[in-house]
Amino acid sequence: MKKITLLLSLLLCMPVLANDIVVKDGESIQAAVNKAVNGDVILVQPGTYRESVYIDKDNITLRGVVVEGEWPVMEGDHKLNDAILYSGNNVTVEWLKIMHYKGNAIMGQSGNNYVIRNNWIVDTGVYGIFPQYGKNGLIEYNVLSGIEDAAIYVGMCDNVDVKHNEVFDSVAGIEIENTRHALVENNYAHNNTAGILVFITPGLPIKTAYDIIVRNNFVVNNNTPNFGAPGSIVSKVPVGVGMVVMAADDVKIEGNIITGNQTAGIVITDLAFVTDVASDTESEPNPDNIQILDNLMFNNGADPVAEVKAAMLTKFKTTGPDILANVGSAQEPDNCILNAERYTSFGIGKWSKCDITTTADVKTYLLPADAAPREIETDADRVARLYKGICAGCHAYNLRMIGPPAMAIQAQYYDNPQGIADYLANPVKKRPDFPPMPSQGHLSEELRLKVAEYMLCLSPKKLEAVAATQGQVAKCEKPSN
Amino acid sequence: MRCWLVVLSLCCAAAWADDWRLKTVCPPGFVSDSGVCRFSSLYSDYPSLQDAGMGGLKVGLPTPRDGFTAQQIDLGRLLFFDPMLSGDGSVSCASCHQPDKGFTDGRALSRGIHGQTAERSAPSLWNVGFLQTLFWDARASSLEQQLLGPLYAEHEMGNTPEQLLASLRGNPIYTDLFKQAFGDKGLTLDTIYTALAAFEASLISLNSRYDLYAHGFHEVLSEPEIEGMNIFRSFVARCGECHTPPLFTNQQLAVLGTPEPAGRPLDIGAEGPTGDRSLRGGFKVPTLRNIELTAPYMHSGRFKTLRETVEFYTKGRGHAVPEGEHLSIHWHIWDPKLTDTELDRLVDFLKTLTDQSFMPVIPERVPSGLSVADALDHSETVESTPVAMGDSP
Repeated sequence: MKKITLLLSLLLCMPVLANDIVVKDGESIQAAVNKAVNGDVILVQPGTYRESVYIDKDNITLRGVVVEGEWPVMEGDHKLNDAILYSGNNVTVEWLKIMHYKGNAIMGQSGNNYVIRNNWIVDTGVYGIFPQYGKNGLIEYNVLSGIEDAAIYVGMCDNVDVKHNEVFDSVAGIEIENTRHALVENNYAHNNTAGILVFITPGLPIKTAYDIIVRNNFVVNNNTPNFGAPGSIVSKVPVGVGMVVMAADDVKIEGNIITGNQTAGIVITDLAFVTDVASDTESEPNPDNIQILDNLMFNNGADPVAEVKAAMLTKFKTTGPDILANVGSAQEPDNCILNAERYTSFGIGKWSKCDITTTADVKTYLLPADAAPREIETDADRVARLYKGICAGCHAYNLRMIGPPAMAIQAQYYDNPQGIADYLANPVKKRPDFPPMPSQGHLSEELRLKVAEYMLCLSPKKLEAVAATQGQVAKCEKPSN
Repeated sequence: MRCWLVVLSLCCAAAWADDWRLKTVCPPGFVSDSGVCRFSSLYSDYPSLQDAGMGGLKVGLPTPRDGFTAQQIDLGRLLFFDPMLSGDGSVSCASCHQPDKGFTDGRALSRGIHGQTAERSAPSLWNVGFLQTLFWDARASSLEQQLLGPLYAEHEMGNTPEQLLASLRGNPIYTDLFKQAFGDKGLTLDTIYTALAAFEASLISLNSRYDLYAHGFHEVLSEPEIEGMNIFRSFVARCGECHTPPLFTNQQLAVLGTPEPAGRPLDIGAEGPTGDRSLRGGFKVPTLRNIELTAPYMHSGRFKTLRETVEFYTKGRGHAVPEGEHLSIHWHIWDPKLTDTELDRLVDFLKTLTDQSFMPVIPERVPSGLSVADALDHSETVESTPVAMGDSP
C-alpha cells in the first residue's frame, strides 16, 4: 500500500506527460524531432529512412520499433553525411539499423546523459558511434561493423560506460580518447585491425585520458588489414593488435580474453607511436600507472609487423608477445602487472607487481544523478532569457547605456508593445544622442511582441506610476523581476 | 594643407581639454559589479566539459578577460583609434583592425607605416578576450604581450616604448584621462597596455542568428542555413572539430597546407617561434565569428571569398603543399568529397555567425587631435612598397 501511494504521488508530481510520436515508413524522422518537446519519445516503425536527423533539444528519445525481425533502417546510400547528430542533453537513441552513411551513424556534440543502445550499425563511414564533449553516457548492446576508423569512438568525454557491444570488421573496434572515468566492459572486439584503444591524441583542446578500466572483454583475431583513410591517425595503427594504451594514465586491464592477434596482445606505448603528427607540448606523452591484472592471453604475435619482429629478434624470438611495452616510458616501474610469468612479453622487466588484484569495486562510471540536466524551459523563461541575454546588453532599466533606459522606452510605449515589436524589426534612428539600434528582424513577430511586452513589464511599480500620470493602465499582465 | 589641419585640430584639442570624460558605464555585454565590468551572456549559464569552453550548442565559453573598469575600457578605445600610437602618427591600431571590416583591414597582408607590408593578414579582434594565445603562430599568451608586436615592429606601427610614453605624457588630456582610469598609477607603459587590452577584451560578438539558434530559438535559421550547420558539424566536413562552438575555434595549432599567394615562399608558421619541425606551416585556428566581414582569408589572405576558402578543404589532403616540402598535415584534412551544393550551404551557415550589435563607437576625435578617419583610411590610401621583414622566411 505504501508503495502504491508512493507511486501515485510520483505520477502526480510529473510535470508534463511525455508524448509518443510515431513515424511510419515514408514519413520523416526529422519532422517528428521538430515537433517533439522535452520528454517525448519518437517511435520509428520498420521501413527505410533516407535522411540525416539532428536533435538540438533536450530529453528526446529516438526509438526504433522492431517487428518480427523487421527493423527501421536509416539508409545513407553512401551519399548522406551522418544519420543522427545530437547536441541536446538526455538524448537516447536505440533500436535502429543504420547503414551506408559517409560520416557517422550517431554523433553527439556536448550532449550529457546520453544513452546509445541496441543499434545495429553497418558501414557508416568514419565512425559508428561517436559522442564528443559529453558527460555521463551509456553505450551498450550495439553491434557495429565495417567502419573505416573506430566503430565506437568516445572522444573528449567524461564518465562513460561502454558495455556489451560487438565491434568487428573495422579498423579500430573501440577507442577511448582524451576521456576520463571510462569503463569498457564485456565487449566483443574481433576481426578489426586493432581491438580496443585507450589513448591521447595530441593537438585536441582537452588533453588528458585517465581513470579507465578495460575489463572482461573478448579481444580476438584483430588481424584485418588497415583500411583507414590516408593521413588519419588510425591509419598508422599496425595490424594485429588486441589492445593499445598510448599516453593514457591510470588504466586498469583485467579479466579480458585476448587471443589470436597476430602482432601483439597488448601494446603499451607513448605518443611517438603515431608518426608525422604535429606535436603538442601540452599533451603529456607517457603512459603512466598502467595496471595489467589477471587476463587470459595466448596465441598472440603469430605474424608480427616488421618493427615488432625486429624487437623480438633481440630476444631470439620471431613471434610477437602478449604484452609489448615498446619505449622507455612504457617500461618504467610505475606500471605494474600480476603473474607476469604467464605471458610472453617485451619491455616489462622493470614493471612492479600490482598491489590490487581486482577492479570489482567499480561497478560503473556513470554518475549517480544526471550531469547538469538543463531546466525545463517555459515560453516565459525563453523570453526572459532573450531579454536578459540580448536587449539588456544595451538597455539598463533606469541607467543610460548604449541604448536609452528601459524606463524611457516604457514611458514612450507603455500601451503599445506592438510599436516596439515593429521598431525591433526595422529600427530607425530616433534619438540623436544614441547610436542606431541593430535590427532584430530575424526574430519572429510573435517573439518580438513577447519581448516588447516583457520590456514594458520590467519593474511594474514604476510602470504603474508612469501609466497613472498618463491616466491610463499599462497593458502589463506578467509580474517580473 | 594637411599641416594646417593638424595644427587646427591640435589647438581644438587643447580647447576641449575640459570636456574629456571617460565613460563610467560598462560596454554592452558587461555588467557593473563592485566597480568593475564583468562579462555576462546567455552562454555564462552553461557548463562545458572540463571547463574547456567549447563543444556544442548550449556550452559555456572559456574564461573571459574581464574585471577592467568602464573608464579603462573607454580609455583603451581612445588609444585604439589614436594615430599618436604609431611612430609617425599615421596609423592607429584601427588602421589594420577596422571596425566595419570585422576588425580586420580587407587586405591580404596588412600595411604599416610608410606603406610597408606586414607578413600576415590582420586577424579579427571580435571575442579576442577569450583567446589563450594570440598571433597566427600563437607566440603571445596575453593581449598585453601581443600588442607589443605591432606597436613596436618597424614595419607596422613603428613606435618605440620611449617615444610612446613621451608623446602621451606630453599630452595633458591623456595625463588626465589616465588619472581618471588608473588613479595614482597614472600614465605608464603598463597602464597603456592595460587600457588597450581592456578595450580589445570588450569586443563581444555572441548575438548572431546562430547564437539565437543555439539558445533554443530554432526558427531564426532558414532551412539552407540549418543544412549548412549540419554539414559544418558533420564528421565528413569536420569544420566544427577545429572551429568548435561557441567561439568557433578550439584554440589549437593546425597544419593545413594552404597555398601562399603567388611569388611568396612557404610561411613556416608556428615552426618559427617553437623551432618544432612538426609544426611547420602550423597556424592557430581562427574564430569564424563575423567571418563574412573579414575577407580575404587564411594567414596570407590567399582566398578572396568564403566559397573559395571552404572549397580548399575538399580539394584533397596536401594538394597545395609546394613540391619538395613536407608538412605534417592535420588529420582532419582529408578528402570529404563535398558537393557544390554542400559548399554553398556551408557559406550560408557561415554568414549566420555575423553579429556586430555590440560595435563600439568610433570616437570622432582623440586626445592627440590627429585624424581618426585618416588612420582608418590608411590601408586604402598609402602606396604599397613591399618589404620582406620579420619572422617569416
